[in-house]
Amino acid sequence: MATPRTLFDKIWADHVVRTEEDGTALIYIDLHLAHEVTSPQAFAGLRETGRKLRRPDRTIAVADHNIPTTDRSKGIEDPESRLQVETLEKNVKEFGVPYYAVDDIRQGIVHIIGPEQGLTQPGMTLVCGDSHTSTHGAFGALAFGIGTSEVEHVFATQTIVQKPAKNMRVTVNGVPPMGTTAKDLVLAIIGQIGTAGGTGHVIEFAGDAIKNLSMEGRMTVCNMSIEAGARAGMIAPDEKTFEYLMGRPHSPKGGAWEQAVAYWKTLPSDEDAVYDTEVTMDAAEIVPYVTWGTSPQDALPITATVPRPEDFEDEGRQNGVARSLEYMGLDSGMDIQDIKVDTVFIGSCTNGRLEDIRAAAEVAKGRKVADGLRALVVPGSGLVKEAAEAEGLDVILKEAGFEWREPGCSMCLAMNADKLAPGERSASTSNRNFEGRQGPGGRTHLVSPAMAAAAAIKGHLADVREFLS
Amino acid sequence: MEKFETFTGVAAPMPAQNIDTDKVIPARFLKTIQRKGLGKNLFNDMRYNTDGSEKEDFILNQPAYRNSEVLVVGDNFGCGSSREHAPWALSGFGVKCLIGTDFADIFFNNSSKNGMLLIKLPQDIVDELMEDASLGANARLTVDLENQTITRPNGEVVKFDVDPHKKHCLINGLDDIGLTMANKKDIDGFEGKDDMSRPWMPSTAAK
Repeated sequence: MATPRTLFDKIWADHVVRTEEDGTALIYIDLHLAHEVTSPQAFAGLRETGRKLRRPDRTIAVADHNIPTTDRSKGIEDPESRLQVETLEKNVKEFGVPYYAVDDIRQGIVHIIGPEQGLTQPGMTLVCGDSHTSTHGAFGALAFGIGTSEVEHVFATQTIVQKPAKNMRVTVNGVPPMGTTAKDLVLAIIGQIGTAGGTGHVIEFAGDAIKNLSMEGRMTVCNMSIEAGARAGMIAPDEKTFEYLMGRPHSPKGGAWEQAVAYWKTLPSDEDAVYDTEVTMDAAEIVPYVTWGTSPQDALPITATVPRPEDFEDEGRQNGVARSLEYMGLDSGMDIQDIKVDTVFIGSCTNGRLEDIRAAAEVAKGRKVADGLRALVVPGSGLVKEAAEAEGLDVILKEAGFEWREPGCSMCLAMNADKLAPGERSASTSNRNFEGRQGPGGRTHLVSPAMAAAAAIKGHLADVREFLS
Repeated sequence: MEKFETFTGVAAPMPAQNIDTDKVIPARFLKTIQRKGLGKNLFNDMRYNTDGSEKEDFILNQPAYRNSEVLVVGDNFGCGSSREHAPWALSGFGVKCLIGTDFADIFFNNSSKNGMLLIKLPQDIVDELMEDASLGANARLTVDLENQTITRPNGEVVKFDVDPHKKHCLINGLDDIGLTMANKKDIDGFEGKDDMSRPWMPSTAAK
């Protein structure tokens, strides 16, 4: 009998173009997503060497990191941001790459639009010059974040050079308590395995608590695989995956659909497949989470207190914790719920989808944002924005005092005008609480959309369960 | 890509764990469309005050370390974003080699594609090299990729492992694209087969 294989093993095997003696493989890439920040030097490299794009028909480009989330009719004010977006526009024209322009309803964050358009499909290999490419693994695709040299390599050859990753399985069983979302699950997972726990591995997320998530929730979980250091995160495709994809603009149609689904059903890991590393968690024990420090692994339940450096064993970690607390302006032992916030950011490739905006609106409905607090809601794409408006979510949020913005990456990494001032503190639905991530000197607490809305109403980090009946 | 040649240089100690690529080069410096010119913003927010003046206590601002070519770093250096601007900034500053117990995967890959050598060694050896590095400008390390050795200031030689493919590319200054293009027939063959076996694969062209 054939050796049992994991989801990763199967997709890998189906994409090997050739293997060298030392195990290095040339892997075919089915879909390449490009954006304005990590592509200009790659296009320039093609131009310098006289190379062409091998598969423009398997490449899609969009501007997302730099673009303003306020009125766009005036263009981009910042000259460097404007040049980067204009450079992308020029490059896609020169190299014949399909592009969703800034005024196209399909424009949005690169990791939101792939799934939305049905471009992201099970069994695919997919890359993008962005570490959160792991998002697409929610469909049972193998999706890697790559650097600009590799972007150029994929442009020219439609392949990447890699050695196979190790397999890790994170199984989350049980029913999560009320108020616990996909974001809380993944923060708890990263808190347990650590920010380097997944290095060298592809993580397969499994168990009832993962299976029971919506596709949107699964994307949130896979999105943050990189925060555990993993090369990719993935979830086996199932009926929910197929239902999400059916009828989307680029999904297979008719006979091709039947053929695709038959193949997709062969992808889930074989029952006896062996993993290099296994982690098991009980969803019933995971309450709403929040980060207190400057690494995504610095995550604790909202009911906890800010830790002390000496709570950690390793000396290096103790030093890191002390530095984080100083940067974050927090005292050990204080209740996390007593931490006041100045800004709330709801959006990003982690939590900028319709379900996320619904969750925030549910908490915000009939309530008011705390005095003096700035609260932004930035939909992940033009289509997410349109769908949210069709449900009246924008009205609920605006009545509560939230700002309703145009789609983009926005305050997740503050490359556009949306940023924290030095010393300002946010509750943010994004993915990184690194020093300066949301603006130099800014302080970030990562939370779910519902928890972010609760913090906006209360003016401090708050337990969303108080708001839910 | 420039060839990696044996060199003797100053090593700076950066023992903090999890130095992420946002620390190496904050996002606001990613607006460039060039690869060059990022060295001045390497570790920007650790290195400069908000008024642009240097922070005296930052290691690379200290007289002994201003021309460091090696960084001995804490665990999981380069975690976070896939930005290749991080290795561009390091190499723009003049860094040729990083030594640590482990590096984040994407950063590790990106660095080798820019002529930089990243060496993984066990904790006790990294601790010793960290001590060497803390001795300042007179305690230089010699890094020899051909023989896979680091020579410490006391003359002791440390061996290290390196991926043979990466070593070959670094020593000869080869980029992967040229090597892969030489296997074009294999890619053509794969596509021909794949068009038959997975005919539903989407085209990104307008719908």
